[in-house]
Amino acid sequence: MKYEVVIGLEIHLELQTSSKLFCGCSTIFGREPNSNCCPICLGLPGSLPVFNRRAIELAVAAALALNSDVQEKSRFDRKNYFYPDLPKAYQISQYDQPLARGGYLQIEVDCASRIINLERVHLEEEAGKLIHSSESIMGSDYSLVDYNRAGIPLLEIVTAPDITSGREARLFLEDLRSVLLYSGASDCKMEEGSLRCDANISLRPAGSDELGTRAEVKNMNSFRAVELALNYEAGRQEEILAAGGTVIQETCHWDEERKKTIPLRSKEGSSDYRYFPEPDLLPLVLESTFIEEISAALPELPPARRKRLKEQYGLDASEAALFTFNRSLGDFFEAAAARYNQYANLAKWVQGDLLYYLRESGKNVEEVEPQKFIDLLTLLDKGDINRPVAKELLSEIVLSGTSPQKMIRDKGLGRISGDEQLLPIVEKVIAENPDAIENYRQGKEKAMAFLVGRVMALTGGRADPGEANKLLKEKISRK
Amino acid sequence: MKIYEQTAANLSKLLQNKEVSSVEVVQSFLDRIELIEPYLKSFITHTPAMALDMASTVDNRRAGGEKLHPLAGVPIAIKDNISTRGLRTTCASRILENYIPPYDATVVETLKQVGMPLLGKTNMDEFAMGSSTENSAFYPSRNPWNLERVPGGSSGGSAVAVSSGMAPLALGSDTGGSIRQPASLCGLTGLRPTYGRVSRYGLIAFASSLDQIGTISLTALDSAMLMNVISGYDLLDSTTLSEPVPDYTIFLDEGIKKLKVGVIKENVSEDFDPEVTAAVMKNIALLKESGAEVDEVSLPLTDYGLGAYYLIAPSEASSNLGRYDGVRYGFNAGGESIDDMFSATRGRGFGPEVKRRIMIGTYALSAGYFDAYYLQAMKVRTMIRREYEAAFKRFDILVGATTPTPAFKIDEKIDDPLQMYLSDICNITDSLAGVPSLSIPSGISSGGLPMGMQLTASPLKEGLLLKVAGFLERERGHLPLRPKVKLPEGGEV
Repeated sequence: MKYEVVIGLEIHLELQTSSKLFCGCSTIFGREPNSNCCPICLGLPGSLPVFNRRAIELAVAAALALNSDVQEKSRFDRKNYFYPDLPKAYQISQYDQPLARGGYLQIEVDCASRIINLERVHLEEEAGKLIHSSESIMGSDYSLVDYNRAGIPLLEIVTAPDITSGREARLFLEDLRSVLLYSGASDCKMEEGSLRCDANISLRPAGSDELGTRAEVKNMNSFRAVELALNYEAGRQEEILAAGGTVIQETCHWDEERKKTIPLRSKEGSSDYRYFPEPDLLPLVLESTFIEEISAALPELPPARRKRLKEQYGLDASEAALFTFNRSLGDFFEAAAARYNQYANLAKWVQGDLLYYLRESGKNVEEVEPQKFIDLLTLLDKGDINRPVAKELLSEIVLSGTSPQKMIRDKGLGRISGDEQLLPIVEKVIAENPDAIENYRQGKEKAMAFLVGRVMALTGGRADPGEANKLLKEKISRK
Repeated sequence: MKIYEQTAANLSKLLQNKEVSSVEVVQSFLDRIELIEPYLKSFITHTPAMALDMASTVDNRRAGGEKLHPLAGVPIAIKDNISTRGLRTTCASRILENYIPPYDATVVETLKQVGMPLLGKTNMDEFAMGSSTENSAFYPSRNPWNLERVPGGSSGGSAVAVSSGMAPLALGSDTGGSIRQPASLCGLTGLRPTYGRVSRYGLIAFASSLDQIGTISLTALDSAMLMNVISGYDLLDSTTLSEPVPDYTIFLDEGIKKLKVGVIKENVSEDFDPEVTAAVMKNIALLKESGAEVDEVSLPLTDYGLGAYYLIAPSEASSNLGRYDGVRYGFNAGGESIDDMFSATRGRGFGPEVKRRIMIGTYALSAGYFDAYYLQAMKVRTMIRREYEAAFKRFDILVGATTPTPAFKIDEKIDDPLQMYLSDICNITDSLAGVPSLSIPSGISSGGLPMGMQLTASPLKEGLLLKVAGFLERERGHLPLRPKVKLPEGGEV
């Protein structure tokens, strides 16, 4: 039997606020453990939460960017469970009245457009972080808790079970990350844990409408890991089903080293979080003008930008994708395109040599002035410099920001051409290479290439090979 | 009249006229504490040095000609579930026996700014769960009117301290009657303000949607003066109300002509001690003679109030008390694994009544039971609110008894939780409705015990309650009610 894979993702995103969700403590990453804490985020007896307005703005921005329907009234609930990293023994979260409902993200899979629907977007608080003396809490002599992270605003995004492969999950996450970066809601750094993803995955006979028994996969620490883990898990489930077995509902961990999913020893019964409305907070009521203002302040978002880049500049899919994912590179391209209309050439240089030199030098594209870059391309277009020189100059523009005109003047990098400059060199080459001349005259085209190469060598690459070729031919035939 | 026998308002006058110093005032209460506290056990922690320190600071400022708050230099006792920076705050529980908060509750910060010396932290039922102070993990407090009887609870220690002259004023907290019931059993004025009128920041939560800090005092004027200090919006408590705070003392001298008084049928029940009902009716007659328009009103949902309360409050408590796990502060029983540690810490740290309510609440919130219990109780709560709204269309205030009987005996109800819960029967619906509720003395029983009467108004009408209380004080002319504390070895003090 043929099976199809059904995947739903649950994404947790730390919002980029300077203070925590319910108190004024700093959210800076990497501080000394337990230094960004106060009675509120430590859940000390008698302390009470108070909304951080900025967190709500960012959450709304993210939800709107994901086409989710921001609710004018939502509510916070307590999710109760015991764990040492949870200072109040409950997490303030949202249950049946989330911040935003529905939504979707349009992604591109193999040049075809796919819609991945969202169930909901809600706000909650982050827990602290446990550091075990050995690998897991079970085998450790002791564990330490760092509450610096406790109370950082977290956005939970839940997708519908619309994703059909590990690869599609990765592509979705890449697009999601891009949209969230554009919205300004989060820095989306998976390595710092500011973006995390869990997945529910099940198999069903192809064409069936019913969902199979799912497994929850956790501990996937990169987009690549998500793809590998889900492909592995899909394969594992298929083997079970193909052998006539049944998949059991369980939670498993992705083991990055062994590249396989490991079931967690599950406890009897499922957890009951005893959700109930948080009595310490009033319902969150958002004025429609507030939502509209945030909506108006959102920048053009990736799917729209990608489409526009193709239409406005005639870019191909991969160029448009690059200039969308790499937002600052895209901004650079558009700034340059405003004053330089050879878009194809521009795109080629930006994604090729410019990107290469940026990576080489470790510089950011924001440090490069578009005007100098355009000047360079214009000089090349006019034939004032040749390609090798242009590359050399670009490297220098990226490194030091010196203008190309100045470098040409200072270093004498202008092109050597014409009867006055280039002809004497051509004559010198002819004089020095009688054998090659003879060969050429006998019809060996290779000899001409050799002679042009000599001219280029003597001019330090500053001659135009075409002009050298032309002059050589003229001179040789005249004899 | 001895200093410790004065009302807070009188002390305020004496201090402002420089007839006494704050140090003298504090010393008088400290002496009184030394004399009778061993019999009454109203405090968990005494803070004489802190009190004298604040008193002398206030005296110096006054001597320097500074204009001070009327209550500057007037000492106060605070219930031990209100956080005090650097001073242990136990909630009368083993689990917090050695917990020292690193911050002050908003009300404590305000009292310090005003310059009110803190005499100590008062005894209570553990985590404010109880109606007799017998649920204190340390010791029960005793009623100064009769040492064999309970002072009520959970703010029993605060009531005992004020009643016996160990403090002129006290802060309590009221979730389902914890200020009004002990005020009634000790012959005092106890005000539960509108939910949100006083900041809860720093009040260690029992049931967040019901908890409210309030005043315990000898007179309505004292209560009004203290309300002026503690009321108002607090940035740190999202549930506080932003409406401006009036000067509560201005209501005290107003007349009550044409005041529409509704006598709650269910709270002058035939099942109550007849003396209690008679005392209430006598006061109502006084109001009527003075021009109030009195009629009877039925609040039939009162019957469901107790059930709703004992689902909502334990539900919230089960969540609020989850944090006492031994990881960060307080008692830690150790254990082989994290789960062992949680269980042992909570198993040994909490007393039986607290455990009972955590169990009830956990059950009520559990999947499969939530709709039938918690949600149903919340619906009842909404209906009760509507019932009050309807009643307040007809009446300015509602009145009835505060408690069905005067103070009961120590040990009498401790093994029967339901009987204990029923002692708050008159108080609970006001809490559920979130309306202000005031208990004032209504008379003395033939057995020599004080009885109380409860006045209820619509939200933010604390002033109206204090007006009626002040009026009755003037008409009856025998306040404040003061017991002679009969010592077990003989003699009265």
